[in-house]
Amino acid sequence: MINIIVELSKYLLVILVILYTLQCFQMFRKQETHRQKLLLGKQLTVIVLFLSLSFLVLYLKSGELRMLLFYGQMMLYVAAVQTLYRIFYKKASMLLVNNMCMLLSIGLVILCRLNMEKAERQFMIVAAGSALALVVPVMIRKMYFLKKLTWIYAGVGVILLAAVFVLGRTTFGAKLTLFGVQPSEFIKIIFVFFMASLLWKDSSFMQVVRATIVAGMHVLILVMSRDLGSALVFFITYLVMIYVVTRKPLYFVGGMAGGAVASVIAYFLFGHVQQRVTAWKRPFSVYEQEGYQIVQSMFAIGTGSWFGMGLFQGSPDSIPVADEDFVFSAICEELGGMFAICLILICMSFFLMIVNISLQIKNPFYKLIALGLGTEYAFQVFLHIGGATKFIPMTGITLPLVSYGGSSALTTIIMLAIIQGLYILREDEDEELEKIRKALEQNAQEEIGE
Amino acid sequence: MLRKKSGNKKQNPTQSRNQPYAIVSYMFVIIFVSLIVWLLYFNLVKSEEFINSPYNTRQDTFADRVIRGSILSSEGEVLAATQIADDGSEYRYYPYANMFAHVVGYASYGKSGLESEANFHLLSSHAFFLEQMKNEFKNEKNTGDNVVTTLSVKMQSAAYYALGDRKGAVVVLEPSTGKILAMVSRSDFDPNYLEDNWDYLTSDEENSSLLNRATQGQYPPGSVFKIVTALDYLRKHGTIEDFHYDCQGEITKQEHTITDYDRTVHGQEDLHDAFAYSCNSAFAEMGVQMGGESLREAGESLLFNKKLPLTMDYKSSVLSTDSKSGVPLLMQTSIGQGNTLVSPMHMAMVASTIANRGVLMKPYLIDRVENYNGDQVKKYMPDAYRELIPVSEASVLAELMKGVVDYGTATSLGGQGYTVAGKTGSAEYGEGEIKDSHSWFIGYSNVEDPDIAVSVIIEGGGTGSESAVPVAGAIFNAYYYE
Repeated sequence: MINIIVELSKYLLVILVILYTLQCFQMFRKQETHRQKLLLGKQLTVIVLFLSLSFLVLYLKSGELRMLLFYGQMMLYVAAVQTLYRIFYKKASMLLVNNMCMLLSIGLVILCRLNMEKAERQFMIVAAGSALALVVPVMIRKMYFLKKLTWIYAGVGVILLAAVFVLGRTTFGAKLTLFGVQPSEFIKIIFVFFMASLLWKDSSFMQVVRATIVAGMHVLILVMSRDLGSALVFFITYLVMIYVVTRKPLYFVGGMAGGAVASVIAYFLFGHVQQRVTAWKRPFSVYEQEGYQIVQSMFAIGTGSWFGMGLFQGSPDSIPVADEDFVFSAICEELGGMFAICLILICMSFFLMIVNISLQIKNPFYKLIALGLGTEYAFQVFLHIGGATKFIPMTGITLPLVSYGGSSALTTIIMLAIIQGLYILREDEDEELEKIRKALEQNAQEEIGE
Repeated sequence: MLRKKSGNKKQNPTQSRNQPYAIVSYMFVIIFVSLIVWLLYFNLVKSEEFINSPYNTRQDTFADRVIRGSILSSEGEVLAATQIADDGSEYRYYPYANMFAHVVGYASYGKSGLESEANFHLLSSHAFFLEQMKNEFKNEKNTGDNVVTTLSVKMQSAAYYALGDRKGAVVVLEPSTGKILAMVSRSDFDPNYLEDNWDYLTSDEENSSLLNRATQGQYPPGSVFKIVTALDYLRKHGTIEDFHYDCQGEITKQEHTITDYDRTVHGQEDLHDAFAYSCNSAFAEMGVQMGGESLREAGESLLFNKKLPLTMDYKSSVLSTDSKSGVPLLMQTSIGQGNTLVSPMHMAMVASTIANRGVLMKPYLIDRVENYNGDQVKKYMPDAYRELIPVSEASVLAELMKGVVDYGTATSLGGQGYTVAGKTGSAEYGEGEIKDSHSWFIGYSNVEDPDIAVSVIIEGGGTGSESAVPVAGAIFNAYYYE
């Protein structure tokens, strides 16, 4: 009997996620406000149904009451986020809020299945982070000095990364964490602020050189710390922002060529890069060592096939770090390939929505910020999914909002809050901006003083 | 989604300013779409290769909910089935006991043979979905799919009993399709009593009964290798008709002597005769002329030193001469001694290639997968690996092999209602005084329109004509007369 429900739920969950994905893309269509609101309401319904059905299955299969409690927590969380944004930010993008809720739901459902303790820890961070992030849109609105801190961003970024490199703890062959947090995650935000504040007014050659030097330092330290995934995210974000601000494709093409050459050099210079490539090209030949993860991941994806094994029906635990670097494979195995494809589409629509917001912003500084953050998000999604599916070599990076990891979740939530702030700003007129600026300049100065 | 953006562009006076944004969006859309295409491609095409890997233990968890399906012969006979004991426990039953031991394999102790290769199918159920639901309701197991093999009980038992108690192996292929009709390896074991005998079987190095000699045995090819030497000659000279040799029963070069079997003096002969009588002197002379590099290349075109297109575990054949090889090694190698090692399966593939006009069909064991009601779930079709040698070369080799049966070392296979072409071999092994030889035969019938290709080896069986040829004869007889 329970098996029947689990079997049926597989298909229902796929249908729900397909519905959600379609709704995401429908939102891009220009339409009247009340129809948009209706669509957003439908999306929310899908999220609630998804959570209800998943946790029903999780409860039935595990028999643990904790699952029901967790379900309660999740529902409360979704309700709180939805209401608070509606109360405090009337102009907020509810699609952004919905997407965040959906991706967090998918992530926490799969995490509950993989490791209940981790799921609870993750939930606490997500809840606290979301509460914290509620003030971010206001801050963005008020902190005009943000565009003047160029070299502070650069300094903080480089020093923190260097500190991790020197002092950090080594996990899975990479130095990532310092006192339990992963600074490279937070520096992603700071880096975008650095690039935007450096380039928004002046995109002359000298400025590009400055940006290149600082970005190069970031990337180099990350490569030496063996955090290849983050290094790539920084590099691509740097290239995209330079290209967009200078409008010179040559920079982008040249940068890509330089990146390619650097990758080849890194391949011959660093043993750990070679291992990753071997594991990608011939995973079975190094099955006992570095090929193990990717082979297990491919077993998971293949076994899951289109509709998945159903929650608690597969063995995603056999993939090392299934809850972080390979969460996508765990989703493929238990929720199925169709679900996974929808997840990719949701992430894509999320990125396009951010670019859309960026397009509509007039303030060049904020415009660049939105695009930079969006690029980081999209490229990280690509690295994670590409790596887990053996499309590209594994770089060991989380899937934002879905993977386990406090730093990653917190960073993404803050990123989204910043974008939310920019979205709200977008609606305001330039004059109004000017007016508020004058009124608040003093305020801001005082805040710096403090 | 992009409609909105283009709409924006029209309204936006600074539309060129936004152009890079559009390009960046398109780039990422391409990246995301390629991820999706890759995932589709993997699930549709590549996933099977991964799922069926012996490293994959994931399928074993299916066993909690599925009764392992049966393995059937091409005639529909049960080769392996799961039965339920009186106490409700499941056990695997192999009705033919030792006969299919290696090719069907076993499902415990890490799995081997088809039990390993088809594990995924055996543990997947494609029973009618309503019935599956009913079982779920009653909390009963579903019945796994059956795997129908290309193996024929008739051919397998003919080969098995023809080998008798002698150690060795037989492979029977269908050249036009690559179907494996029989694969016997002796010494063997009874998979029904694997548990009781496991410790003995794994420690018994003298018999190595668990080893599938057909695919993993490594034997010197003996005179069977003369096919490669002849192929090399043909390639160098464009014809074999210009070869003439005066055999004195032995040949000495650089103080190294090769003798003919029983020191028979073959006298004046052409390549047809030298091949049919398996004249060592002539082929040693030929090999030295050709050189090590050329000989190896001819062998490699027949997949020596190469991966074989097989789904099961196997050992690649070794042929190690090169331009620096000395004359003694060349003389040895060209008559199939030296360092060369082959598996019976590979030799069957060589015979099959020649029979199929130079094109090797991938050998395969699983014909189709059915649900337990007999409804087809998946059908495997014959698949050409590629043309290993051009048809012109294949037909010359076929002609040489026909001579072997017509007037050479395998005349006992003649005079039947079918025609045979083949090559015998006796491969010496062991060091010093006590030399013994493995008995080889590879060949095919019918010559005009080949039906089956066989490869037979009998360890310590003496000359090919003595032991391997009669076994091949029994197999051909079974195919045509039973």
